[in-house]
Amino acid sequence: MSNSPFTPGIAPARLDRAEYAANFADLHAPLDDHEALVAADRCYFCHDAPCITACPTSIDIPLFIRQIATDTPEAAARTIFDQNILGGMCARVCPTETLCEEACVREAAEGKPVEIGRLQRYATDTVMAAGTHPYSRAAPTGRKVAVVGAGPAGLACAHRLAMKGHDVDIFEAREKPGGLNEYGIAAYKTVGGFAEAEVNWLMQIGGIRMLNGRALGRDLTLEELRGDYDAVFLGMGLAGVNALRTDGEDKEGVANAVDFIADLRQAGDLSSLPVGRNVVVIGGGMTAVDAAVQSKLLGAENVTILYRRGRDAMPASRYEQDLAASKGVRIIFNAMPVRMTGNGAVQALEAEYTTQTPEGLKGTGERFTLPADQVFKAIGQSLGDAGALKLDGRKIAITGAGRTSEAGVWAGGDCASSGDDLTVTAVAEGRDAAEDIHASLSA
Amino acid sequence: MADLTTDFLGIKTPNPFWLASAPPTDKEYNVRRAFEAGWGGVVWKTLGAEGPPVVNVNGPRYGAIWGADRRLLGLNNIELITDRPLQVNLDEIARVKKDYPDRAIIASIMVPCEEQAWKDILPRVEDTGADGIELNFGCPHGMAERGMGSAVGQVPEYVQMVAEWCKMYYSRPVIVKLTPNITDIRSSARAAKAGGADAVSLINTINSITSVNLDVMSPEPMIDGKGTHGGYCGPAVKPIAMHMVAEIARDPETHGFPISAIGGITTWRDAAEFMALGAGNVQVCTAAMTYGFKIVEEMISGLSQWMDEKGHTSTQDFIGQAVPNVTDWNYLNLNHVTKARIDQDMCIKCGRCYAACEDTSHQAISMSADRVFEVKDDECVACNLCVNVCPVEDCITMVTLEPGQIDERTGKVVEEDYANWTTHPNNPGAQAAE
Repeated sequence: MSNSPFTPGIAPARLDRAEYAANFADLHAPLDDHEALVAADRCYFCHDAPCITACPTSIDIPLFIRQIATDTPEAAARTIFDQNILGGMCARVCPTETLCEEACVREAAEGKPVEIGRLQRYATDTVMAAGTHPYSRAAPTGRKVAVVGAGPAGLACAHRLAMKGHDVDIFEAREKPGGLNEYGIAAYKTVGGFAEAEVNWLMQIGGIRMLNGRALGRDLTLEELRGDYDAVFLGMGLAGVNALRTDGEDKEGVANAVDFIADLRQAGDLSSLPVGRNVVVIGGGMTAVDAAVQSKLLGAENVTILYRRGRDAMPASRYEQDLAASKGVRIIFNAMPVRMTGNGAVQALEAEYTTQTPEGLKGTGERFTLPADQVFKAIGQSLGDAGALKLDGRKIAITGAGRTSEAGVWAGGDCASSGDDLTVTAVAEGRDAAEDIHASLSA
Repeated sequence: MADLTTDFLGIKTPNPFWLASAPPTDKEYNVRRAFEAGWGGVVWKTLGAEGPPVVNVNGPRYGAIWGADRRLLGLNNIELITDRPLQVNLDEIARVKKDYPDRAIIASIMVPCEEQAWKDILPRVEDTGADGIELNFGCPHGMAERGMGSAVGQVPEYVQMVAEWCKMYYSRPVIVKLTPNITDIRSSARAAKAGGADAVSLINTINSITSVNLDVMSPEPMIDGKGTHGGYCGPAVKPIAMHMVAEIARDPETHGFPISAIGGITTWRDAAEFMALGAGNVQVCTAAMTYGFKIVEEMISGLSQWMDEKGHTSTQDFIGQAVPNVTDWNYLNLNHVTKARIDQDMCIKCGRCYAACEDTSHQAISMSADRVFEVKDDECVACNLCVNVCPVEDCITMVTLEPGQIDERTGKVVEEDYANWTTHPNNPGAQAAE
């Protein structure tokens, strides 16, 4: 290592190899066989279990845990995949603390829920490690469906359609499939190239063609797709990044958090990634936390998250906030950026405390300055050009199982107007849209 | 701290916790360490007749049932009696007894069902200074096929006959160890008493196959692809053992006949329960084999604390106290009406009570859309299943209806008087109340 956390400015190689390896290892180690049995034994097999209701994909959690407890993790995985073909990724990245595990009756009883996420990973890893794919295709229907975007929504939709016997072409703008599974999400949540391996495993169903480097609006149009295919599913996510509209946003060292995370996910050698000595992340969602924590893990000396509202309003869960704190990230609540200063490159960020007023959030007038040689913006993303599609707010308007305003066009995932921006929600929407497409093609 | 000194058949030990005849008491080394650990007595592993010792299998001797965290719930074994020469055992017994005069050493014996065999071994045992003998009429495997162990215990006439020989050729207390592999334990106990024995001990192990290896298609423990039934013991057998102890304690023919209780005793509470059902002391094996000799410290401190809390100064104070309350179904009070009550503050909304009642019982629990579970008094028969499946202790309890209240299920007023099946109008054999 040529640099250290104290090296001024933005610099690579602040840590030695062992530190990088330790910092970016699996956040939650996989359960071994015995640990899985013990963890599974804690499940009460609730009637009409609250965890199932809390799961956006409605996985029959008590059943799969019982299948683990009785030494049939393969059957458990089938129970999971039936509802969520990306159950392996969701086991790693779902904010279980606000979904199934929050609903677990043992959370209410003793503040210690059944480890549903880790158990799900145990089951799905068992099957994926064996390399077997438990689904096969129905007889070919001769129908063709175009799926735009190879993220969680598009993959879930494509798999379900392929299973029903339809032929699917996925158009993916980026070089690799996976969407945010591949380019977003903190690296320590999905180690060992899992996102790519999961897509390869999913593709084993057959009947899906992956066409990379093909972006809607750039390389193809919705009208072409509608002409060439029997149905179209849009799952391209959010391509744009919201602007901060703050003085100094154009200074060197100010970047989008999503780009930083994508670079980090694709980096072959973490020591080659430059990171600031003093990093400030603006925002309050998972992207903000992922960017901040990873900056710290890359060797930044000081990392601060600046969030304009209070802790309770923060979209990132309390668990994520605590994770950030445990890695040494400081979270400043109720403060907003005012301007970024520096001669060419950013050197400091001036911020102002906020307060909630009847007219909305307002600055209190009290200001402070943070040293900052790198600033990441994580204040949300936006939809690209949606053409003639009707919007609901800033996303594609959908009704029912992902039907857009245009006949024969469905949408789901982050680009569509319903649900949280979660991997698991995207999977549910892709899956449900596929069922609806299938029903309409079969009518 | 309560005095745990226990007098069983005139044998005084510092506590009622003895180690049962089994591998833990197979030799001097173990027994000395057991006494140092605090055990009140041991029943030495079963001695056989003079001659070449028996041989054991050279593969696994034990099979097991586990909970999810590998907590041992039940153990089975196919080990035989001691496979060491008789004289070695006798010499060791004499040595240890001399060094531990305040602890009990009982010699377990199993020789063929012939008078001469007993006549030969008993004087030699007597010479060791052991405090008594225990007749192994219980082992269900290996020796039973040779006409010993449970093969004797299953025939009351043999039990009586051998007990008589022992009383004839041996001057100290004779305990007959009973097999549970029998239809009615009382006939064995009556036979032991009729033969002049001083006490019975029970239960020996239960015939069992712990599991089947589904790859090899053989019972476990498996010896070269084959398995055999073994004797089952450990926490899983405790309820069976307690029933048998209670049956002997409340049988008019054997009531008051000393009992040394055996069967899954793992904690001080298990011991107290057996003693409340009439046992004068207890014998432990599986718990020691699972956790080592040290567990006796918990047994001593726990029993002592409980006795202090209850004001018992001696084990005699509570031995047999529960026996009068063990009765036949016919005499249970049919006018005693209870209803399940769910404590809504304690409820964690798992819905297990609902699933159990709705699917398998009396459809007496309602479930609202927001997961509030309530008992329907007009359907509840007070079966207790909801209490048993509820993961939260004391969340569901049984509340007794007071006389004069209406049982909404039957529409009848709860009566104050005791009334049982023997006088019930639905009983064809009912006797009219005088």
